[in-house]
Amino acid sequence: MNVADLTFLALCLPFLGALAAPLLTRLFGHNAAWVLALIPVAIFAHFTGFSADIARGGTVTGGYAWVPSFNVSFSWLVDGLSLTFILLISGIGALIVLYAGGYLKGHPHQGRFFSFLLMFMGSMLGLVASDSFLMLFVFWEMTSITSFLLIGFDHQREAARRAAFQALVVTGGGGLFLLAGLIVLWNITGVTQFSGLASLGPVVKASPLYLAALILVLGGAFTKSAQFPFHFWLPNAMEAPTPVSAYLHSATMVKAGVYLLMRLNPVLGGTTEWQIILPVFGAATLLIGALLAVRQTDLKLMLAYTTMSSLGLLVMLTGFGAPYAIEAAVLYLVAHSLFKGALFMVAGIIDHETGTRDVTRLGGLRSAMPLTFAIAMAAAISMGGLPPFFGFLAKEEVYAALSAFGPRSITFAALVIIGNALMFAVAFGVALMPFVGKPVATPKHAHEAPLLLWLGPGLLALAGLAAAFLSGTVHALISSPMASAIAGEARTVTMSLEPHLGVPLALSALTVVVGIGFYLGLARLRAGIAAVLTAIGWGPDRGFDQAIRGLVRLSFVVTRRLQNGRLDTYMTATFVMVAVVLLVPPFLFGELARPPIFPSIPLHEFAIMAIAVIGLVAVLLAKDRLTAIVSLGIQGFSVAVIFLLYGAPDLAFTQFMIETLAVVILALVMTRLRLSPSDHRPLRQTLPDAAIALACGLGAALLLLTVTEGPFNTALTDFFNQYSKTIAHGGNVVNVIIVDFRGTDTLGEIAVVMIAGLAVLSLVRLRAGSMRRIADNDPEAEEAGR
Amino acid sequence: MKSLIFRTAAPLIVGVMLLFSVFVLLRGHNEPGGGFIGGLIAVAALSIYGIAFGVETVRRAIVFHPLAISGAGLLLATLSGLLSMVFHVPFMSGLWAYPVILGEEIPLSSVMTFDIGVYLVVVGAVTSIALSLEERGED
Repeated sequence: MNVADLTFLALCLPFLGALAAPLLTRLFGHNAAWVLALIPVAIFAHFTGFSADIARGGTVTGGYAWVPSFNVSFSWLVDGLSLTFILLISGIGALIVLYAGGYLKGHPHQGRFFSFLLMFMGSMLGLVASDSFLMLFVFWEMTSITSFLLIGFDHQREAARRAAFQALVVTGGGGLFLLAGLIVLWNITGVTQFSGLASLGPVVKASPLYLAALILVLGGAFTKSAQFPFHFWLPNAMEAPTPVSAYLHSATMVKAGVYLLMRLNPVLGGTTEWQIILPVFGAATLLIGALLAVRQTDLKLMLAYTTMSSLGLLVMLTGFGAPYAIEAAVLYLVAHSLFKGALFMVAGIIDHETGTRDVTRLGGLRSAMPLTFAIAMAAAISMGGLPPFFGFLAKEEVYAALSAFGPRSITFAALVIIGNALMFAVAFGVALMPFVGKPVATPKHAHEAPLLLWLGPGLLALAGLAAAFLSGTVHALISSPMASAIAGEARTVTMSLEPHLGVPLALSALTVVVGIGFYLGLARLRAGIAAVLTAIGWGPDRGFDQAIRGLVRLSFVVTRRLQNGRLDTYMTATFVMVAVVLLVPPFLFGELARPPIFPSIPLHEFAIMAIAVIGLVAVLLAKDRLTAIVSLGIQGFSVAVIFLLYGAPDLAFTQFMIETLAVVILALVMTRLRLSPSDHRPLRQTLPDAAIALACGLGAALLLLTVTEGPFNTALTDFFNQYSKTIAHGGNVVNVIIVDFRGTDTLGEIAVVMIAGLAVLSLVRLRAGSMRRIADNDPEAEEAGR
Repeated sequence: MKSLIFRTAAPLIVGVMLLFSVFVLLRGHNEPGGGFIGGLIAVAALSIYGIAFGVETVRRAIVFHPLAISGAGLLLATLSGLLSMVFHVPFMSGLWAYPVILGEEIPLSSVMTFDIGVYLVVVGAVTSIALSLEERGED
């Protein structure tokens, strides 16, 4: 096996694991986690092998043709950016699998949970490894779908179902924007792979479609990365079990939007639009998220809103365009994944061991859970941006990017200081408050978490510490290659723990001071923000519900209009349409047929036509419906005879059979419908029908005349006559066409015949009372019934 | 239907028609005929049988559910198409074999099995429609 095959295998491995997970869980119980964690570990090991190459500025690409005719391939691109993401996804993924083993121990559907989790892991790996646009899109939507499954894992609670649905609608809908954006990019450049796109940045930026591409791509990125005003799904997604929140909704999936922006930075970035839209939305998200976080008392919700803030900060930095901004985004992204993943898992441990996540009902846990306390503090110190953790490096780099003098930098620096100070307060609100003070009685008696639960957060917190001390190695292997990939040019990250006096350190100190102030006044701040939000009373979350309800109501009204269940309405609409299609274009484009020249027709043919006309007259004059149906058969048989006379025995043969069966079936339908034997409608109702019938007939006649006016092209006839016997060994050209030359058509047609049979059977079996079932769909009736 | 003449003649007519439908199906490749037409003749025969003796009798006579017959036909047609892929020629290419049985050379082809599939689909689907419409009083 060569490297390309191994990489392909590594990308497929999570999906194979997802298949095996339920069985393994049945065999080993929650200890299956130890086996399943080997999958992300193997992936981590495989991709670590590329890091030396990538640190030297190389990239690893590979792939297979997928749909060559559309220039679509299954191809991957591993550079500094995707490598960092892959290592985060697989590394944290391994810890999350272990954590989930402990967290859902004894859950009847733990195997299913592992399965979903691994499927998500595979989708996320595919997303960041994709080189081809289409592959990125497919994996992007797969992360939305697997996230839907994971959020709704506890599907018996309505809140979980609603959150899952909301996340799917928002992120899946955003995915469609992304698809449109990628198609626009493809139209501009003619390239379908990111590796070919990087050098085409100037072409894209000069294109008149640039803004369209930018807005569409941002539509995808902002929904996925929960930017204001699309943020509301993220806090609701906390309905998911905690391993999911830690993995998808802080460390990996929500960063997919940021990843996309970073990936496209060399192509779309650097323009005025980019440097206005991204920082403005990012800073707004940062501030709003931090304020909303302070308001919450649920540990997971506090963390969820700070995640939203952090994503805002990342988006802002990606678009900021100042020196060090990209580097700051890189460091912050890595640091955030480490500390936020750990904090979420700590919140899960507290919930698991005490039975509550409400910070106001927790206290004094330090003696019962010393290890968890230590882990929580380590993560919170990193989140607060204090040395000696990696978060400190990230924060210094952020302030280095913001410390230029100018109105823009000062404004954003002020916003970031407030946001960071609020996050500082929330970090210690989560990691310190439950552990200090007087012990409070909790629903469950608190005790230290088992190994499977503390191992993951512990290692992540430790990684935050180690990364800071080994910053030289981390920068060489991770930060610098990633920053270079985002910037599209070589960048070197140098930030370390060594003291470096200057503006950034001063801003950092200011943040800490303000943050301590916020922490001490957390309760008062919470009450104040809650009061403001109550006064506003409306948010995007409620707006989402209203939009969905409006959609359901609209579709109900439309359905009731279009599908009123009356056959005569459908038939009238169909035939009016037929008449319009047949009559309007010839008059509109002046392509009316010339008056036909009647050839001399032999007497016997003339007689047959006369019989056909007599049949039609008989239909019109018939006293009852059965007579009319049989009379219609007269016309059909006459036409069949004409086919026979003009040398089409097969056609005539079929026509005879169809006419016979049509009469039989129509007669049966008539008896079944229990109609009155004849048509009793008054003239004013039958006349419009007659007009429509005449219009259709006239249209068909005109069409036929026009068609037969031109010379007959005999190319096909000649071909079939010449080759029917020699190629297909058949003397009957019609049959040879049906079963051989155009056999695939026939296959489709007989499938249609069978489906029609199925449809008729189900229609015939349909009981009366379908009207009641339509009423059941009425949203208003449903609401009134609640 | 209670006409004695009709009920006496019906089995004979139906038998001849069914036989004829198979004849039309098999000769279709060189003379007028084929799966569609043959299938329709068979449906007409079954309809007559149903009018004469009732739907239940027809259902018993054809043993399988009409849509099962239809499905089997669709499967046969699809397999006839897929067979060509085993021989590394494009989907739906006609394959021919000329085995000699009792001194007679019999041309066999995937085209013929395909046409038999068409025949079965038409027989099944249209019979299903006709029968379900006929048994109005029963359900």
